[in-house]
Amino acid sequence: MKNEFQVIADLIEKDKKVLDVGCADGTLMKFLKDNKNINIRGLEISKEKVQECIAKGLTVIEGNAEKDLKQFPDKSFDYVVLSQTLQAFLNPELVLDELLRVGKKAIVTIPNFGYWKVRFHLLFKGTMPITKTLPDEWYNTPNLHMCTIKDFFHFVKSKDIKIFKSLALNNLNSSIINESNLGVKNLSADLGIFLIEK
Amino acid sequence: MNTEKNIKTLIVKKPLKLDCGKTIKDFPIAYETYGSLNSKKDNAILVFHALTGDQFVTGTNPVTNKEGWWSYAVGPDKAIDTNKYFVICSNVIGGCMGSYGPSHKDPDQKIFGTNFPVITINDMVNAQYNLLDHFGIDKLFSITGGSMGGMQVLQFISNFPDKSKTVIPIATTSSHSAQNIAFNELGRQAITADSNWKDGNYTSNETNPGKGLAVARMAAHITYLSKKGLQEKFGRKLQEREDLKFGFDADFQIESYLRYQGSVFVDRFDANTYLYITRAMDYFDLAKQFKGNLSDAFINTKAKFFIISFTSDWLYPTQENKDIVIALNSIGADVGFVEIESDKGHDSFLLDVPDFLSALKNFLDKSYEEN
Repeated sequence: MKNEFQVIADLIEKDKKVLDVGCADGTLMKFLKDNKNINIRGLEISKEKVQECIAKGLTVIEGNAEKDLKQFPDKSFDYVVLSQTLQAFLNPELVLDELLRVGKKAIVTIPNFGYWKVRFHLLFKGTMPITKTLPDEWYNTPNLHMCTIKDFFHFVKSKDIKIFKSLALNNLNSSIINESNLGVKNLSADLGIFLIEK
Repeated sequence: MNTEKNIKTLIVKKPLKLDCGKTIKDFPIAYETYGSLNSKKDNAILVFHALTGDQFVTGTNPVTNKEGWWSYAVGPDKAIDTNKYFVICSNVIGGCMGSYGPSHKDPDQKIFGTNFPVITINDMVNAQYNLLDHFGIDKLFSITGGSMGGMQVLQFISNFPDKSKTVIPIATTSSHSAQNIAFNELGRQAITADSNWKDGNYTSNETNPGKGLAVARMAAHITYLSKKGLQEKFGRKLQEREDLKFGFDADFQIESYLRYQGSVFVDRFDANTYLYITRAMDYFDLAKQFKGNLSDAFINTKAKFFIISFTSDWLYPTQENKDIVIALNSIGADVGFVEIESDKGHDSFLLDVPDFLSALKNFLDKSYEEN
């Protein structure tokens, strides 16, 4: 399991009710179910991935977060997880609002466009950056709204969303992001992980 | 129409009050079982059949000598694995494969015909509930069925919220739409317009309204397929001829196919039963039973739901299946959902659709492991 999922799992206490939005093949769900006794549900748009989840014995709903989150009642989950998908929605702001309505807390991770390798790629190669977390070409990427850790940090603050914890992830190392080291983390981290509440 | 041999029957002594107000008692429910019930009695799956199905789910139907209607899904090592599970299926009341229906006799020994009480999906599941007592099963492992079978699944878990661990409605709806009712009415009109129907009293003169019933079946059959499926299978291919004959014979393969479907149906199905069961489907509106709030139908159950729809099913389209998912999610129920890619239309659930069969198998087996 990738390090990102370990960091997410560490943010969630045992026996909670969790919704994994864009749960893919259910790797994180399975881990949470088996290791933390989490009452876990998933929402996934890909039929093949839904089938993989069913084969793992996971409860998954085939659906689109932009349309299908509205059926869940307010604060019906302790945590709602959204891993590296926010940038792929037509309307990320609406999805973020929905995550925070459905979940008491939300855990959102974003691939950081401010990561130094991304900046170097664009600066020296002059082509759209391709990295481990941004593997696609400009013409086939699902990402529509790339942002940096700094962008996301400012964005949630402007929406009066409370940040409980923000972590910068670079390979196997995670470290706390705060107001004073934001510039440095925005350069050094591949991925940002945010535990937020509204 | 019924050959009594090979039909297992449970006589329900307990009176059953029907939605129409009448009460029936000492009535037969014809059923079949596959696999064996384990000692803990926790491996039973109750399967509900659709409009023209019967209790003979798999293997050879001993009455028609044809394959059971769900042979692709049910059997040893199949999605519903009879090596592992005990499968029970019964003919719905109103049916014509041995359960109490319009071809049965009334207390005065006169064949009911249209004097048989109008039954509902609710009546069907209340009647079938007696099978649990019969087998001494306190709680089923699962209930499943497609189309009208799915309606019974929904009604069953609403009526008996703690009687099944898992619930699998397939290609169904919680409320029959205007389009559904319209197609059923077309079928009923075809039957009642047949001069042999005689207000439902045809059995006494040994002549069935076969032409009307065949037309009903032909029209319905079209609704079970998709436009793409039909086009790919038949297109404009001609039936055993080089060119058009400039007449009204079956020039096209699709015509010949539909005529065949109509004719074989008449041999195994009763016209009055067709009226009764389509009526039961039309009357089905689970939300209405709960003052318009579908979620309330499921408020008392802790069962785990898995809902399946098919992309090309325009009779019970994905959205109608999703409405059930939405109602369940809004009360925090344990519900999974998948829409299976298939161009085989509504009939997909009866056919060899590997993604569907593997999803069904995985859901059942994984849920059973967690037992």
